[in-house]
Amino acid sequence: MGNTREVKLKATRDAYGEKLAELGEKYEDIVVLDADLAKSTKTLLFGKKFPHRFFDMGIAEQSMIGTAAGLALSGKIPFASTFAVFATGRVYDQLRISVSYSKTNVKVVATHSGLTVGEDGATHQALEDIALARVLPNMAVVVPCDAVETEKVIEFAVEYQGPMYIRLGRSKVPVILDSGYEFKLGKGAVLREGKDVSIVATGIMVAKSLEAAEMLKERGIDAEVINMSSIKPLDNELILKSAKKTGGVVTVEEHSIIGGLSSAVLEVLAENLPVPAERVGVRDVFGESGTPEELLAKYGLSPKDIAAAAERVIRRK
Amino acid sequence: MLDAEKIFLEEKARIIRKRIISMLQEAGSGHPGGSLSAADIVAALFFRHMNIDPARPHWEDRDRFILSKGHAAPVLYAALAEAGFFDTKELKYLRKINHMLQGHPDLRSTPGVEISTGSLGQGLAVGNGMALAAKLDGRDYRVFVLMGDGEIQEGMIWEAAMAAAHYKLDNLVGILDYNGLQIDGPIAQIMNPEPIADKWNSFGWHVIVIDGHNFDEILNALEEADRIEGKPTLILAKTVKGKGVSFMENEVDWHGKAPSKEEGELAMKELSQGEVLERWETLGK
Repeated sequence: MGNTREVKLKATRDAYGEKLAELGEKYEDIVVLDADLAKSTKTLLFGKKFPHRFFDMGIAEQSMIGTAAGLALSGKIPFASTFAVFATGRVYDQLRISVSYSKTNVKVVATHSGLTVGEDGATHQALEDIALARVLPNMAVVVPCDAVETEKVIEFAVEYQGPMYIRLGRSKVPVILDSGYEFKLGKGAVLREGKDVSIVATGIMVAKSLEAAEMLKERGIDAEVINMSSIKPLDNELILKSAKKTGGVVTVEEHSIIGGLSSAVLEVLAENLPVPAERVGVRDVFGESGTPEELLAKYGLSPKDIAAAAERVIRRK
Repeated sequence: MLDAEKIFLEEKARIIRKRIISMLQEAGSGHPGGSLSAADIVAALFFRHMNIDPARPHWEDRDRFILSKGHAAPVLYAALAEAGFFDTKELKYLRKINHMLQGHPDLRSTPGVEISTGSLGQGLAVGNGMALAAKLDGRDYRVFVLMGDGEIQEGMIWEAAMAAAHYKLDNLVGILDYNGLQIDGPIAQIMNPEPIADKWNSFGWHVIVIDGHNFDEILNALEEADRIEGKPTLILAKTVKGKGVSFMENEVDWHGKAPSKEEGELAMKELSQGEVLERWETLGK
């Protein structure tokens, strides 16, 4: 990402809705379910184009997930969407039995994840959903970093056989990847090479991490930034390769520091290559109302916080 | 229904019940009460009403059976084995490690199981998805979901009941095994779901109340459900928990424990009474 390029902003949920409506033409087996949030999750774009393949299940998320499993078992490719808080916590047993244990080809696409839901406050800010989804066997977990990656992930999801949890956001975020980017499940991507510290980030925090890397550069620190969109399966090889090179790791996620990206990455490091590490994420508390940027700053998820964590890691090397 | 057809179904139900007992005795744990109460309904579905082909468990046009009350797995396994979905020898290994018959149904390990169940309340919504897919594809298969009466205390059942009526799923039949007992006691005392028929009716379902141990009534209800258009059908089947084994009937303690060797032998003796050969002899006299 060069400083000279004009930064385009787009919410990942918008990219999802548009891509799904586009893919609906090519793939007649795609069906879409929502739970009275189709305007917000953007599945309504599909619903308007293909009304007979769109099922609003009402405010009944459990019914939505079960129905998606039944559709999948009958050869359909169901995408089920609602906010991330409901798409995991509200339907956890349904995800566990009807989707993950049964290994049904259900794509749960959750929007409005993390603090950047903003003003709606703690009830609607999912900070646990990566952890909840990640611990389920058979479940692939992907957190796209921008609109471009979201489109690639949705294209991938249609062809992939098996349950997936895809985590998207509400707010407009910078588009940092170019359209030639290719998504591969189980693969991370080095967006910026460096030798002093590895910043492993996911979702909208990838752009923040790139900003942090610029700040660190001014202080003479050469940070590597990795987009780890594929949280499960995780790109162990890339994490270890980068950690070996830099000797220190910072994980960055718009999620609790318990159970999400940080846990996934530190598990791999602890077992294979224990290096100093710091976690940037929400520190085991609920969020609150506020603007997305205010919340990211208050809860320690700003580029400044990432840069500070990187410096702490370097001091511990 | 001809007498011979009825005798055929009675004998299938008898085989299912005997297998339930021997399976549970061998396993040393499991749920006899709610398996025995559903045996006649399951026999009628698998050996008369449903369009299935055991040689092709994934045949696209097959009728689907979902055991939403997954703890009654033995009744499903006995029927699947008897129908030929897998070798009856497997029944000996119910709940044993490294074997396919799990404590609760698992579609990944057992041919003929349509969806993994066991956590109550989930089967009806899955059935909705299968029924919706049939509508989308213009297929005429039908979906049967067997629920427990205690199970309808789960809120998700009512979410799904609402959705089935909303989407006019007349290719979906819910069957409620109304045996009146749940683990902690009589359902009316634990959390009374009555009036059950009125509830389903008010949710937009066609409701048929039957004796769940009477094959004429079971088959008539299933055929009536075939004819209903524009709404799903709920067959409220009044049953006896533990049906067929005198000391298990209506005894809440037999919800979830296996018979001992002696109890198993006694149960098998009772279930063998009036067996078809014996009956032939009687008819001949």
